[in-house]
Amino acid sequence: MADKMELRDVEVWDGNMAASQALRQVQIDVVAAYPITPSTPIVENYGNYLANGYVDGEFIMVESEHAAMSGCIGASAAGGRVATATSSQGFALMVETLYQASGMRLPIILNVVNRALAAPLNVNGDHSDMYLGRDSGWIQLDAYNPQQAYDLNFIAFRVAEDHEVRLPCMVHQDGFLTSHTAQGVKTLDDDTAYNFVGDFKPMNDMLDLDHPVTHGVQTEEDWHFEHKARQHNDLMTKVLPKIQAAFNAFEKLTGRKYNIVETYNMEEAEVAVVCMGTSVETAIEVSNELRAEGKKVGVIGIRVLRPWPFEQIVEALKGVKAIGALDRSSPNGTFGMLYNELAGTLINCGEAKVLTNYVYGLGGRDLTKVHLREIYAELLANAEAGKPTTPMQQLIGVRGPKISFH
Amino acid sequence: MSEMKKIKNLKEFSTSADRFEGANLLCPGCAHSIIVREVLNATNDDLILSASTGCLEVCTAVYPYTSWDASWIHIGFENGSTAVAGAEAMYKALKRKGRLKQPDREPKFVSFAGDGASYDIGFQWISGCFERGHNIMHVVLDNEVYANTGGQRSSSTPIGGSTTTSPAGRVSYGEKQHKKDMLSIMAAHGAPYVAQVAPNKWKDMVKKIQHGFSVEGPVFINAMSACTTEWKFLPEDTIAISDLATDSLVFPLYEIIDGRKLNITYRPKNVIPVKDYLGAQGRFKHLFKPENKHVLDEWQARVDRDWEYLQRREEAGV
Repeated sequence: MADKMELRDVEVWDGNMAASQALRQVQIDVVAAYPITPSTPIVENYGNYLANGYVDGEFIMVESEHAAMSGCIGASAAGGRVATATSSQGFALMVETLYQASGMRLPIILNVVNRALAAPLNVNGDHSDMYLGRDSGWIQLDAYNPQQAYDLNFIAFRVAEDHEVRLPCMVHQDGFLTSHTAQGVKTLDDDTAYNFVGDFKPMNDMLDLDHPVTHGVQTEEDWHFEHKARQHNDLMTKVLPKIQAAFNAFEKLTGRKYNIVETYNMEEAEVAVVCMGTSVETAIEVSNELRAEGKKVGVIGIRVLRPWPFEQIVEALKGVKAIGALDRSSPNGTFGMLYNELAGTLINCGEAKVLTNYVYGLGGRDLTKVHLREIYAELLANAEAGKPTTPMQQLIGVRGPKISFH
Repeated sequence: MSEMKKIKNLKEFSTSADRFEGANLLCPGCAHSIIVREVLNATNDDLILSASTGCLEVCTAVYPYTSWDASWIHIGFENGSTAVAGAEAMYKALKRKGRLKQPDREPKFVSFAGDGASYDIGFQWISGCFERGHNIMHVVLDNEVYANTGGQRSSSTPIGGSTTTSPAGRVSYGEKQHKKDMLSIMAAHGAPYVAQVAPNKWKDMVKKIQHGFSVEGPVFINAMSACTTEWKFLPEDTIAISDLATDSLVFPLYEIIDGRKLNITYRPKNVIPVKDYLGAQGRFKHLFKPENKHVLDEWQARVDRDWEYLQRREEAGV
């Protein structure tokens, strides 16, 4: 049995350390991993806990990210708690297996430290990799800082391993901005953390030698649709209530409150930005300043990317006149992903909204408070005019002539 | 370690266990099913199996049916070895933590894959598993072609073979490259046991499978799997074709222990010419045209050379 680790009530951890501590505390049975910047310290830390007796699972350092998820799939099907971590190109290499993990209904947890996709090669944070996984059938949770990276891992295990869910789950955090930035993190002691998630309860495991099972069968036009429909149905109908229940239980345990859609300064807000990751915290700061100036501006943070929380978003945006969708990934030929999701969501909500797409922060480029002030100023002008007064898509902070598209 | 299964004769062997059902969609005469039964029947131990995408996989687990009476998983074309390695890792973890449901039983972990899934797309995954020393057996159903996708060449396709992507034609004699020497490559990983087997030599096969199950670490078995569809012979001739392969030394039966000690396990009393093997299959028919005589000559010379080399390695004992 693994040794307990004494933690202070508040530890100074970066996002990678926070995630790896959560993996240690839930006592993963198998980690199959391959290093990639900036997520590498998560598995390095795990190896360190193993070397010092704080975990007693199996640690397989495989030869690629594709093999990492392949090993996780085999291990999870065998009936135990499984997790790994990756970023960027590694995530891209994993994508094939992500579909296989969710199609086999295996509750694997993947910590994704978001990073740009090459070319050109770039190790810094943006959300391009995250969106490669958005149709893969995984639950996707988004953390904005190390505390959340720690907390959301417990939520992830509790929801994914629920027998009514049985779907894999990613926990995202921003490369370097969260993964390598140390902050005070409120901790749980080992027993409390473990008990929040509880013992792993296998279902149809391959190692139950008296009840052999078949995983990953062939289905063609006669059954494939039914399987995918059921998977989609369960993701759409079961997961959000389970996440909400887990948030509620976590709040009761720690006092830390999470919402499926996070809202800040949204009381009677006229305009709002919708964003993910660290930019949420910058936007909160700017909206606080603008509120002090009497401007009704708010922030919406997407906590759950998949399943997409349609109702909660419509509810959060009630009464808002102009919205800025802030996308931290290259749209490459269309609107940004958040813009598209919002547009699809809002089309039936019965309220006219002016929706603008801001693309920012690619490859780790800063999103500054000045940028956000400019964005809010435009949104306020849009709200007053009741129509777009600026181009519908703008690229923020790019050198050279301003790039925008109507 | 569990006791090795004692097998008296072929009749008893062929009916001794049925963890791979006769009910499957494989072609009549396909050697895959014979090999799989021979592997599974070689042991009474519990089995955890994987299959890579290929004929075996698509013909034996078509929802809502399965031909497997043992736990079985398929992920993709390339990663069957890593899937079963993941399950093996979980077995070790749960055993150490005291959470196995049947703690006194020791299952064997086997991945089945075709030559495409082993020699080509799955090579990296197998190499990784072997380097890390997982306690698994990887069995290649080597039919020297991508049969599941309709007969394209793989790096196991031998020289002169006509496939859909290396077709013989007016100016081509078909596949230009020689078959990849996977046994040497896998032995070079330092695996405790690698062996080449053929379904017609079932006693030799059982012995090797049992040896493979008895060692700790990764085991590589390359099983010649004659393919009626792509090699173009009659379904009832599978074993006869296999006999021609082993007796012409096109497919020599041998094993390599601990990456170095080589044993030849079958020496034909009368070695037959390679052209007798080639002539029995439609895929080599064009080689018998006068303009392709040089390929036949090259075939024979290479088989002779390889046999000489194997014998020298065996004699050297290093």
